[in-house]
Amino acid sequence: MSLGKARPYLMIFPAILVFTLFFIYPIGYMIYLSFHDWNFISPDKNYVGFNNFTALLQDAKFMQVLRNTFIYSALTVSLTISISLLLALWLNRKGAMYGFVQGAIFSPHIISLVSISMLWMWLMDTDYGLLNWFLNLFGISNVPWLTNPKTSLLSLIIVAVWKGIGYYTLIFIAGLQSIPKDIYEAAALDDTSKVRTFFKLTLPMLSPTLFFLTIIGLIGSFQVFETISIMTGGGPINSTNTIVYYIYENGFRFFKIGYASTAGVLLLGIIGVFTILYFRLLSRKVHYQ
Amino acid sequence: MKKNPLWKVLNGIGLLILITIFALPFVWMISTSFKTLGETMVFPPKWIPDTLLWENFSKAWNSGPFLKYFFNSTIVALGILVLQFLTIIPAAYAFARYKFKGSNFFFGVTMVTLMIPTQLIFLPVYLQMSAWGLLDSLWALILPFASSAFGIFLLRQSFKQVPEELLEAARLDQASEWQIIMRIMVPMAKPVLITFAMFSFIAHWNDYFWPLVMTTTDASRTLPLGISKLREVDGGVAWNILMAGNLILVVPILFVFFFAQRQIIRAFVYTGVK
Repeated sequence: MSLGKARPYLMIFPAILVFTLFFIYPIGYMIYLSFHDWNFISPDKNYVGFNNFTALLQDAKFMQVLRNTFIYSALTVSLTISISLLLALWLNRKGAMYGFVQGAIFSPHIISLVSISMLWMWLMDTDYGLLNWFLNLFGISNVPWLTNPKTSLLSLIIVAVWKGIGYYTLIFIAGLQSIPKDIYEAAALDDTSKVRTFFKLTLPMLSPTLFFLTIIGLIGSFQVFETISIMTGGGPINSTNTIVYYIYENGFRFFKIGYASTAGVLLLGIIGVFTILYFRLLSRKVHYQ
Repeated sequence: MKKNPLWKVLNGIGLLILITIFALPFVWMISTSFKTLGETMVFPPKWIPDTLLWENFSKAWNSGPFLKYFFNSTIVALGILVLQFLTIIPAAYAFARYKFKGSNFFFGVTMVTLMIPTQLIFLPVYLQMSAWGLLDSLWALILPFASSAFGIFLLRQSFKQVPEELLEAARLDQASEWQIIMRIMVPMAKPVLITFAMFSFIAHWNDYFWPLVMTTTDASRTLPLGISKLREVDGGVAWNILMAGNLILVVPILFVFFFAQRQIIRAFVYTGVK
């Protein structure tokens, strides 16, 4: 015990150093930059007060970016969660067949988003894509999925839902399996209908899982970047531009560092609100047992 | 479910449709990767190409320094993993087993980090890396992930569950704290460590965003970035070459998934539930 009191500090030091250098300090630096005007090359950073914030909030393009991000997140999360919940109720059974299906629908989750994006670009190709071939079978003419601003955001949502369903389903299955069996036995004795049992028993018992998936789903969706960068580049005519892509564009293409940082601070605020909401509600409402 | 035979048939058809939705895109990917460029532009599409064009794979592989990309990806994913183990094991042990002044504060810092996505802070980190002259190096890809708040969180939970008597006995035997960590803590937490390792390796092996931001030349690019650059070959999009390239990226992961499915699913679901 020669190190004495210093020991625990030495043990946490490397980790805390990494967090400070690459997470805590950059957040501070980003907030600092959001009050400045800087093009990355010039040696001077001009203090501009809240100018970046007011400019950003009056920027019609950024308003569209915000709208895109919210629509994308809301639809992705609600669709993924409702489909996965149904799948979980269906697939929560023993047997090799069900195990195989669970594995199959989970598989996109471990594949690089680069490959997922490129595969779906090809599937959604207007002239030669498999998706339009399939729709043709039902007499629907070719849809310009990614090249029409009316369908482009929806196309990205489809990809996100397809990728996410397996993971969400397995989490729901884990949630279902943690519900004590004797509660169901009591319901069966009372001759409660299946639908009633689901709404009165299963759903409330699943609410912590439901809540967890909603929050991490929203926080994840707010940061969507890869599919946009590879499949649409934010277009056509800005229809798929979302916050992180907008920050990237402003920082790396237009060299508006202060402006990009301001958008980053706003995203930090949004994610912060949802995180706090999560912990607040976690400690209060959705707590059973 | 009821034993009604009609139900069974409908259930079977449903499962088949479900598998198709997830497997068919991959089958399509494989099919495309063996086609000639002409065959990719046939509508309605052909499922089985006339001849299997294996040279698509060598064309994809030779279109850039893929051996270099592969090497970089391996170094980055493994380098991150080793550094994470070195930093999270002692930190998790200290948070789980020591009472020290400021421990709540430092654990709070760790938890705040858990909530900060890299997609949010890439710009300031980029500027920092630029100031340190580390841009476009593997260091820029490894260092920010040299520790993991998530790993500390998971490991702390399992370190807490080790009975105190075990540690007391070891201390009576003059075991150093280092020996206690290596001989008692780490073996007891092995499942969690394996879970975390899989999670971390897959995440960083697949990562596209961070290398895209931090690298500018092939010397430090990784596999996903190399694959994404395939699009720029020859101006137009050659879907057969593109799919062949992506297959090179996807097959190893799916192959591992096929054999370690149980563990990998457990890793992701466990990390999601905890």
